[in-house]
Amino acid sequence: MIKRSILLGALAAVAIFAAPANAAEGTDRPHRESWSFAGPFGSFDQGQLQRGFKVFREVCASCHSANYFYFRNLAQPGGPGFSEAQAKVVASSYQVTDGPNDQGEMFQRPGRLSDHWPAPFPNEQAARVANGGAYPPDFSVLAKARSYHVGFPGFITDAFIQYQEHGVDYIHALLMGYVEPPAGTTVQPGLHYNTYFPGHQIAMPKPLSDGQVEYTDGAPQTVDQYSRDVSAFMMWLAEPHLDARKRIGFQVFIFLIVLSGLLYFTKKKIWKNIAH
Amino acid sequence: MEGHSTYQPQGKIARWFESRLPLVGLLHSSAVSYPTPRNLNYLWTFGGILTFMLICQIVSGIVLAMHYTAYAPVSFARVEHIMRDVNYGWLIRYIHANGASMFFIAVYIHIFRGMYYGSYKAPREVLWILGVIIYLLMMATAFMGYVLPWGQMSYWGATVITNLFSAIPYVGETIVLWLWGGYSVGDPTLNRFFSLHYLLPFMIAGIVGLHIWALHHVGQNNPDGIDVKSVAKDTVPFTPYATIKDVFAMVVFIMFFAWFVFYIPNYLGHSDNYIPANPLATPAHIVPEWYFLPFYAILRSVPDKLGGVLAMFGAIAVLAFLPWLDTSKVRSARYRPLFKQFFWIFAVVAVGLGYLGAMPAEGGYVIASRILTVYYFVHFLVILPVLGLIERPSVMPASIADAVLARGAKGAAAPGAKA
Ligand code: HEC
Ligand code: HEM
Repeated sequence: MIKRSILLGALAAVAIFAAPANAAEGTDRPHRESWSFAGPFGSFDQGQLQRGFKVFREVCASCHSANYFYFRNLAQPGGPGFSEAQAKVVASSYQVTDGPNDQGEMFQRPGRLSDHWPAPFPNEQAARVANGGAYPPDFSVLAKARSYHVGFPGFITDAFIQYQEHGVDYIHALLMGYVEPPAGTTVQPGLHYNTYFPGHQIAMPKPLSDGQVEYTDGAPQTVDQYSRDVSAFMMWLAEPHLDARKRIGFQVFIFLIVLSGLLYFTKKKIWKNIAH
Repeated sequence: MEGHSTYQPQGKIARWFESRLPLVGLLHSSAVSYPTPRNLNYLWTFGGILTFMLICQIVSGIVLAMHYTAYAPVSFARVEHIMRDVNYGWLIRYIHANGASMFFIAVYIHIFRGMYYGSYKAPREVLWILGVIIYLLMMATAFMGYVLPWGQMSYWGATVITNLFSAIPYVGETIVLWLWGGYSVGDPTLNRFFSLHYLLPFMIAGIVGLHIWALHHVGQNNPDGIDVKSVAKDTVPFTPYATIKDVFAMVVFIMFFAWFVFYIPNYLGHSDNYIPANPLATPAHIVPEWYFLPFYAILRSVPDKLGGVLAMFGAIAVLAFLPWLDTSKVRSARYRPLFKQFFWIFAVVAVGLGYLGAMPAEGGYVIASRILTVYYFVHFLVILPVLGLIERPSVMPASIADAVLARGAKGAAAPGAKA
């Protein structure tokens, strides 16, 4: 009894402290979308990754790099499911710098599967100059490098419901979060108002608008759909082995459950006649 | 408690070897015939779990080191290379990163178990102090390991923690420069941390050896905190009784571990550590790994830098003096009605400090951290010494066997009967 009341008291105290923390953040909390790759049996939706790749390639890649993303990844299991031939076609549509050759000169050649995604700018300084001083972050692990604050007790229940989609939910919300600034807010020149960006003023102009990217599979060509697709694609970029991880995880669990069951009954049998 | 070996080498070669190096006999006496109190509960399985976790960290760490490079401009990319290109590299890295947390969860349960049942009291003081040393080395190892992926939290965590040494009067600044190997955390720091991160786990393994040696010399404590009076009545042989229980508990623990590795591998980490280290951009909140949070809260609760550092290290050092701060002759909280309550209050305070360590150091949080920090020390320096003098322990059973039988356990056969 005493134990329980102490614990409850502590929980209550923590809850009181937690409340202002959420309020103080001041940024809207992203909505939790339903993702195909969430939960214990989640896996990427190939169609969605292909659409997301298209959005990335046609829109985001003009400002953002993805240096750990190789053309070969496009054909790797658990990804967007392109054939190797298709991945080669994508690669060869880009020119990359190679060399030096026998003459000691650098030269341009069509991309190969072993090349990484060509960066839009030669270096960070060039990227900043082109973007009003702000640096468009590399996409490779961005979906794992962003999060949002979940107070108590949400962060505890998240461990049980296996919520790991903070980053994608944030990115989706960010792309949807370009709204008119509330009356009385002055937006700095070169910045744009966004409900979800910390501080609300982001250097990235609203990158997506309805109908901008053509989908051939009948999916709606709306900002909402584009944002979902490109966010899912970024999750895959950040965690390319997610499918395998969850699949193997399930096998591991089946094994461990059976093993622990057997051990439990063995233990029971061994200790049967021993009072303890 | 050694010398119970009933091992008889079978066959010529075994006899020849045993008379020259009694290795099998040693293993036999410490892991087969070694008598364990029959009333141990599942909290006693965490020693085995900790040994497993240490081996797990060493094995996964050595494989990571085969693919990792400690060089500031590339370390972040090398870890991503492990995650993406090395076969099952993602698995090994997630095992190692989450394994560190599991190691700490297990060690905290192990330490609180010791506090609850008075396992630090005579004749187990040296055993306890060796445990505190292991805990310190674990913290150093994990801290330096967290620097290796060279993300934002790696870099800024290392900056904040190494900077603490600058609080030392006169020589502080010099020590910090010496630790860094430069004028800020940088490539030399990363390299020496990698070297030490490789070394310390093996030192831990050495101390674990001493810890187990001491344990097997004095014997295990038990939930009733009563000494073994009769090996036949009060104990059961380690194998099969403790072995099967340890293995079962370990597999359940591995299940808990696997939940994190396979389903929520980044839950315990900080998203900022997926941003490459950038000396020019300080993260909004610098938070250490969760297992350091109570000490971080203590550090920040003291307004003075040197005071904060002393309080933080003092909070760990005080553990080593626990055997002498607790004046009660009774070990187990089972027979200490007052201590039992203060134990739970202390546990809640420790968790509360952990929570506050994760919150920004402002307003109500600072006040709460100060109150809890004071309580933390009061618990050790005032409550424990006084309790032992004023508390009236409840009636204790005469022996472990009596305690077990009094609890009305079914099946009253003497343990030796079947074994
Ligand atoms: C015109 C160039 C440009 C384009 C096109 C662009 N971005 Fe950005 N993006 C930026 C810049 C600049 C920043 C840095 C913003 C800042 O720090 O204020 C940024 C930042 C971001 C961030 C990080 C926000 C944060 O929390 O720090 C995300 C996520 C992002 N962009 C996603 C996208 C996606 C998805 C697309 C394609 C649909 C895209 N961007 C297209 C320029 C661009
Ligand atoms: C006491 C045991 C150990 C603990 C508690 C521990 C802890 C850690 C931690 C917390 C990290 C950071 C993980 C991350 O966030 O990425 C890490 C990384 C690393 N550790 Fe260990 N470690 C231990 C033993 C070892 C050993 C024996 C080696 C062998 C060389 C090793 C090699 C590495 C390497 C190469 C990394 C960098 C790769 C990475 O960040 O994933 N570790 N360790």
